[in-house]
Amino acid sequence: MGVKDGNQFDVVVIGGGATGAGTARDCAKRGLKTLLLERFDLTNGATGRNHGLLHSGARYAVTDAESARECIEENMLLRKIASHCVEETDGLFITLPDDDLAYQAKFVESCTAAGIRADIIDPKEAILLEPAVNPSLIGAVRVPDGAVDPFRLTMANVLDAKIHGAEILTYHEVTSLIIENGTVVGVEAIDHKTKELKKFYAYVTINAAGIWGHNVAERAGIQVKMFPAKGALLVYGHRVNNMVINRCRKPADADILVPGDTICVIGTTSTRVPFEEVDYMRVTREEVDVLMREGEMLAPSLATTRILRAYAGVRPLVAADNDPSGRSISRGIVCLDHEKRDGLGGFITITGGKLMTYRLMAEWATDKACKKLGNTAQCRTAIDCLPGSTGTEQEYDGKIGQKSAKYRHGTFAEKISDGNRYDDSLVCECEGVTVGEINYAIDNLNINKLVNLRRRTRMGMGTCQGGLCACRAAGMMVKSHNCVDKAKADMAYFVQERWKGMNPVAWGDTMNEAQFMSWIYEGVCGLKEDINDKNEDVQ
Amino acid sequence: MKKEQYSISEDNFEQCLKCTVCTVYCPVSSVNPLYPGPKQAGPDGERLRLKDKAFFDETLKMCLNCKRCEVACPSGVKIGDIIQRARMNYGPKKVKFRDMILANTDFVGTMANIVAPVVNFTLGMKPVKVVMDKVMAIDHRRSFPKYSATKFETWYKRNVASKQSQYANQVSYFHGCYVNYNFPKLGQDLVKIMNALGYGVQLLEKEKCCGVALMSNGLIDQATKQAKQNITSIRKSGLKVLTTSSTCTFTMRDEYPHLLDVDNADVRDNISLATRFIYQLLEDGKVKIAFRKDYKARIGYQTACHMEKMGWKIYSILLMKMIPGVDLIELDSTCCGIGGTYGFKKENYETSQKIGSPLFKQIEESKLDFVATDCETCKWQIEMSTSKQVQNPISVIADAIDVEETIKLNKK
Repeated sequence: MGVKDGNQFDVVVIGGGATGAGTARDCAKRGLKTLLLERFDLTNGATGRNHGLLHSGARYAVTDAESARECIEENMLLRKIASHCVEETDGLFITLPDDDLAYQAKFVESCTAAGIRADIIDPKEAILLEPAVNPSLIGAVRVPDGAVDPFRLTMANVLDAKIHGAEILTYHEVTSLIIENGTVVGVEAIDHKTKELKKFYAYVTINAAGIWGHNVAERAGIQVKMFPAKGALLVYGHRVNNMVINRCRKPADADILVPGDTICVIGTTSTRVPFEEVDYMRVTREEVDVLMREGEMLAPSLATTRILRAYAGVRPLVAADNDPSGRSISRGIVCLDHEKRDGLGGFITITGGKLMTYRLMAEWATDKACKKLGNTAQCRTAIDCLPGSTGTEQEYDGKIGQKSAKYRHGTFAEKISDGNRYDDSLVCECEGVTVGEINYAIDNLNINKLVNLRRRTRMGMGTCQGGLCACRAAGMMVKSHNCVDKAKADMAYFVQERWKGMNPVAWGDTMNEAQFMSWIYEGVCGLKEDINDKNEDVQ
Repeated sequence: MKKEQYSISEDNFEQCLKCTVCTVYCPVSSVNPLYPGPKQAGPDGERLRLKDKAFFDETLKMCLNCKRCEVACPSGVKIGDIIQRARMNYGPKKVKFRDMILANTDFVGTMANIVAPVVNFTLGMKPVKVVMDKVMAIDHRRSFPKYSATKFETWYKRNVASKQSQYANQVSYFHGCYVNYNFPKLGQDLVKIMNALGYGVQLLEKEKCCGVALMSNGLIDQATKQAKQNITSIRKSGLKVLTTSSTCTFTMRDEYPHLLDVDNADVRDNISLATRFIYQLLEDGKVKIAFRKDYKARIGYQTACHMEKMGWKIYSILLMKMIPGVDLIELDSTCCGIGGTYGFKKENYETSQKIGSPLFKQIEESKLDFVATDCETCKWQIEMSTSKQVQNPISVIADAIDVEETIKLNKK
């Protein structure tokens, strides 16, 4: 396949996480003809496997002032530009009897220096503010933490990129970079649905593939040394807390409890893992034990709360390699121009960083791309609101499904068909996802499989973990698969993927739920499939 | 079992596995598609309300608190309680005038007793019904229970109170509003039976309405106050406390601790429906009973919802079956639709009658002499909606008992 009008782009962005989506948005808004390629589904990597914490930066204030400053700036920006993805809960940093109360003073001082509001409050007041907090606390600091939904955030960026003309292709995995005269001029990718190899040409290729960016760079013969660090988390069945709860001590395992939508999440652990394992993350028994033990220190009622599932993500930590200053590693964000670094033109890697700084990372990468392309347009991603966050105050006057949809899609919920009994009927009863919302997602939000639908709508993320909704949604997916057998296989994969996350915590009610699910799908529906556990999963 | 070991939630809604059998058994869901059903209104909704109380849904007031969902639930989730609690915690705080009138059975009963003939007459008049319908939204098709000219308490004090101490055994009687204001005969029937069995019947020092109507109409503070007073009186009496209303019984035993946080653990087991108490006495051989030879009746037993919840219908049924001339058939266990004050409200009338219609049909087709049930509101509903009269099992026993023979048997 040669260069055709259709596949010559200004920029190809590799990776459909928050960073890739943000970069595609920024590029498209600056008038570049942009293509985003994602090997599986949007948010499938680290973006979809974290706390969903809207960091205030307080956690980094003592150890990494620069990261802290970036966090609080982006935190305040996201509240404005991504209001429908953010819950302004505020957070507590609590000191427990085992912790050193002296750390609190240092913590508050560092926060203040980084521009983070940090108010010491009376422990009694903390209990009034957040009744779930461990009542034996001896100190509390209130900070502007919050919750951010990474699925919604990424999708909103993708929607804005599309509005500005970008093309988004999911299930397209880059297999090689096309290099001519020492310059990357495009990529070759396999379309996982059709198994077809396709070539896409671009003046600049941006590697935003997170931990997998290591492989992408390797395909260009370049070393970007990454150290995969696995982080495991547990999802609890409902919102135990309404404020983020952190431990006021040096960052350690399982010391953040974040409320998000209908659930709350405790995390994380941190373990170095070999590169070969990044596609096969499993949460171990030891990790579950640590998370439960430490979680109960933050909120004792977690001990008697159903654990829905366990999941793990891989942080894309970047080694200092040939950066002599070492600043890149300390700042978290790493933006590499491979022309300068390795003598390979047309190729940029953006990695490191955090979900919180995805927009800033995108801005840096896009700045570099624009410079190469001679584009002088200003970055507007910090000013312009994301689709769904552009409207005024949300009202909750409708039915459960309509209220839930407004949470998920902001003002775009208006595009969801409702008002008749069929559209308003619930597909996912736990999370309040209607037929109308599923149809809207299938038609507008890059849906190929049920797992995609889950990430866009929360379908199957509730208490029953897909027990009731998977078969209903699979029926609705027939129109997009255009094939009943494919929809059935998709359902089997989805159910298996739900079980994978329940497995590490399968006791008590979670075990009962899994048993009930197996009665429905194996017993009643006769479903049995062997499923390769690579690829997508979790949260 | 250590709950922590299995992460089993204090928040009982988390034990819901989403099997949805509760919704299958919900009488409202089967006739009113606007009601989201117990699963959605209960455990599912609770999870959403914890996220944002704006998820509280006005449709929750369509729940008639029959608790059949709780009977159906294989995981022991207190679905009905979750819904009632949500209404108490998130619902509108302002109580309508109509609901206040319907809820205050005590006060309204006292006032009505004084002028009972007038009230009974006016409540039956068409223009009054139209006004109540339009002004108060009490459905005009609904007939009201008649008020009695003499309260049960007054009758008791005047006629039998002084004789009770002669009996070797003693029980207390919580008569409830219905017996006191509308139908003292039921209380008289109980005294007749218990005395024949050798038991003296005492009243509580201070009895207040159990509060079920206050709770379902949002008057929580008043309900809590009355609950505390009743439990204090029950505690003071130190005796078994018998009842003749399934709903009063259920309210004092289970709703007090579950919904009002009124602790009754020390006296809960002392509160018992009279049929259960009598049946157990007979079963244990502590008393004997003799029935008239000429008593003949074909009776249909209607299982009131709260009887189903308590699991006590067996006592009333077996007791009536002891009467030689009784041919008793158990009607299909289903809600009659009244739900206490629920069916009186204009907005619920259609739902109420639709829920009851299979029952009404069965009653008409079963060639019964009359219907028996332990719930006074079932009685109103069935008498209004079918051609049959309804009796409390205690009244059936009182009609059939051979008092002199029974006294003789128990003297031996």
